[in-house]
Amino acid sequence: MADYRIETQDVESKQYIVVQIGNEKYGIDIGYIDNIVRMQKITRVPKAQSYFKGVINLRGEIVPVMSIRKKMGLEDDVITDASRIIILKVEEKGSLGVVVDQVREVITLNTAEIDKTAVGARNIKDTFINGIGKNGEELISLFEISAILEEREAN
Amino acid sequence: MDVSQYLEIFIDESSEHLQSLSDCIMTLEKEPDNKDTINEVFRAAHSLKGMAGTMGFKRMQHLTHDMENVFQEVRSDKIAVDSAMIDLLFKCLDAIDGYLANVKASSDEGTEDNEIIIKELNDFIAKANGEAPAAAPAPATSAPAEEAPAADDNGRKVLWIDFTEEEKNQVASVKAEGKSVYAVTVYIQKDCLLKAARAFLVFRAVEGLGQIIVNRPSSQDIEDEKFELDFSFCVATSEPLDKIIAAAKNVSEIEEVVGEEIKDLDAAKVEESVEEKPQATATPAVAATPAAPAAPTTTANANNAKKQTPAKPASNRTVRVDIEKLDALMNQVSELIIAKNSLVSISSTEGGSFTSQGFHEQIEYLERITTNLHESVMKVRMVPIESVVNKFPRMIRDLSRTLNKKMELYMTGEDTELDRTVVDQIGDPLQHLLRNSADHGLESAEVRAQRGKPETGTIFLNAYQEGNNVIIQVGDDGNGIDVEAVKAKAVERGVITAEQAEVMTQKEAVNLLFMPSFSMAKQITDISGRGVGLDVVKSNIEALGGDVEVKTKLGEGSTFTVRLPLTLAIIQALLVTIRDEKYAIALASITNIEDIPAKEIKYVEAKEVIHLRGSVIPLIRLDKVLDIEPKEESDENLTVVIVKRGDQMAGLVVDTLIGQQEIVIKSLGKYINGNKLISGATILGDGEVALIIDANTLM
Repeated sequence: MADYRIETQDVESKQYIVVQIGNEKYGIDIGYIDNIVRMQKITRVPKAQSYFKGVINLRGEIVPVMSIRKKMGLEDDVITDASRIIILKVEEKGSLGVVVDQVREVITLNTAEIDKTAVGARNIKDTFINGIGKNGEELISLFEISAILEEREAN
Repeated sequence: MDVSQYLEIFIDESSEHLQSLSDCIMTLEKEPDNKDTINEVFRAAHSLKGMAGTMGFKRMQHLTHDMENVFQEVRSDKIAVDSAMIDLLFKCLDAIDGYLANVKASSDEGTEDNEIIIKELNDFIAKANGEAPAAAPAPATSAPAEEAPAADDNGRKVLWIDFTEEEKNQVASVKAEGKSVYAVTVYIQKDCLLKAARAFLVFRAVEGLGQIIVNRPSSQDIEDEKFELDFSFCVATSEPLDKIIAAAKNVSEIEEVVGEEIKDLDAAKVEESVEEKPQATATPAVAATPAAPAAPTTTANANNAKKQTPAKPASNRTVRVDIEKLDALMNQVSELIIAKNSLVSISSTEGGSFTSQGFHEQIEYLERITTNLHESVMKVRMVPIESVVNKFPRMIRDLSRTLNKKMELYMTGEDTELDRTVVDQIGDPLQHLLRNSADHGLESAEVRAQRGKPETGTIFLNAYQEGNNVIIQVGDDGNGIDVEAVKAKAVERGVITAEQAEVMTQKEAVNLLFMPSFSMAKQITDISGRGVGLDVVKSNIEALGGDVEVKTKLGEGSTFTVRLPLTLAIIQALLVTIRDEKYAIALASITNIEDIPAKEIKYVEAKEVIHLRGSVIPLIRLDKVLDIEPKEESDENLTVVIVKRGDQMAGLVVDTLIGQQEIVIKSLGKYINGNKLISGATILGDGEVALIIDANTLM
């Protein structure tokens, strides 16, 4: 715990959880993640925004679950054994679940390893990204959490 | 030590005193000679002054001090209460309220001195003394502030302290330094709620004057409230005893303080016993003493408070709970633990065979406890609506002045209890309805005279409990709602067409008033008519799970009926399935459940209805409303849940019924929106989530 604090305070490097969505790898700032849970029964909520899959029972709390694929304008999720729900914790608005295909690893990236310039709003998907992380040979798109939370949808 | 931990008590109590002051002054306005009320005002002002002084709020103390002085004159019949004084007193209350608001927001009273009010107050005193108003320094003669009459010597004495050897040595050494040592006993009022806090305030006041050597009971016990209504201490000081007693008495809810000097430690008795007898000459010191020692600490506190401000404003999110309610809770929790233990022992002794009779008995036991526990917790959360409605008489009085209409507010059922969260939020809607009645409802005096109504208009607020609901009616004997005028306005605004207006029932027309931005006021006044009116009232009340209805008769008045659920968190609900999804419908809105053969469905304007015991009820196919795939073939029999809202009914078609259950309502959170149909979710016994359908939105 103490180590973790020191690391987040340090501006130079940040930890990310790498998840797979389709063929791409995405990084989520570990500071926003409350929990990662297995896929479970999601109760559909009628008339909700189309990218919401519904709500789940997370230890007695009702947590809405979003399909990040639908929000980014990709095709609907294919649920497999590897699918997970990432629970994001945001102070003002409460918890939110995001469905991902697979959780891969935790990485630490320095500022030098994050390329901010490669990001332009060329297509809708890119506006959810605030940088590209280089983890060895791999390229990882880093999610802009506020864009995920924002009420907006890819057409 | 600092006083910030008592800030909440201070805020709570000051609000209470302010409220009682406001009530009393209202009474005084009608009966200027009521001695009891005058005394009560005096007492409340005095307590306020004392509390403000102890907390170091000097401006507030100053203002209340002058108010108290004015009442001293009134009490001694030197001046009479007149309307100018009433107005001034209300101004004072508003000013104190302002201080209090500052304290709440920033733990500091602010910098407004309210000199004008203080000057006016002093003018009254000056008048009383026959002086010219301008030359009026607060006269010393008018400051006998202490309440206690001399007849108060009801045998209260200093309780003698048995010293330990160590303490004796301490006392002796202090005496050697040339200071006097006094033994003081403080008696607290019987109904005092926070004895430890009072004791602390007394100690704080006294410590400003000298050094406290011995406490009885021990300071730890005092802090833990392990004492009856009195406590004693020895103080070493170079100040006179009067001053110490005065400082201690300045703390509110202290009934009596007595003290005597300890001259000879070994003598079991003291030579003279000084009973506290308030003297006119001693009293200026009362005001002065707490202020002087408090001053340095106050500024330090204020600085601290300013630093803490962004982190923790001193808002009052507390509920005062009757100790009996808490005891009941505690008992039930211990029973719960017993029940749990029995279950544990059953599961371990019987090797997991859960079919035995004992097991079922325990489950029943557990059920009983949880039901009771729920009830007790609910009771703890219930508070009377009094705290909200008791500010209304004052509001109506002010409105009466600004609108120049005579009106009277009659309230009943102020002790009706509601869940704390509901009570917190019901104030604004009710206030709005009352303002509406005062402004739009009541006619001008001339019109009232023409119609043969009494000149003074009547506004009423009645609250009472009805089943699982609390009903609050707000109405007036005024003009009522002019349905035709409402229709005309709606047509003019393009809300409805002229043809629609033709066929509209009175009720539908009245409901137009609840539409957003629909104001009937011909001109915008301070009171109402800004177009954010009844729609806000309605949405506020609906957000609390309630509804609002209007009954009106042109020329005779209108009544708004607000219906609110007793509790928000837990309700009885009917669980139903539609295909493979489970939904809950609040039992309160269900009237009955029917099996209807499909062939009995009739059509009115191409909409499905059923004809049931004389009434025509529209059918709502829940699968359609909830975007569920329709069934491939239709059933011969439909299960229909009949729901009711006011006198509207609807039949909800479901697949099967699961049964009645007590459910805990949980919010869907802030992300999913645009969903009025679903009012929340609940977690079922198997961990599955069921959504709660708000049947009201379907009608």
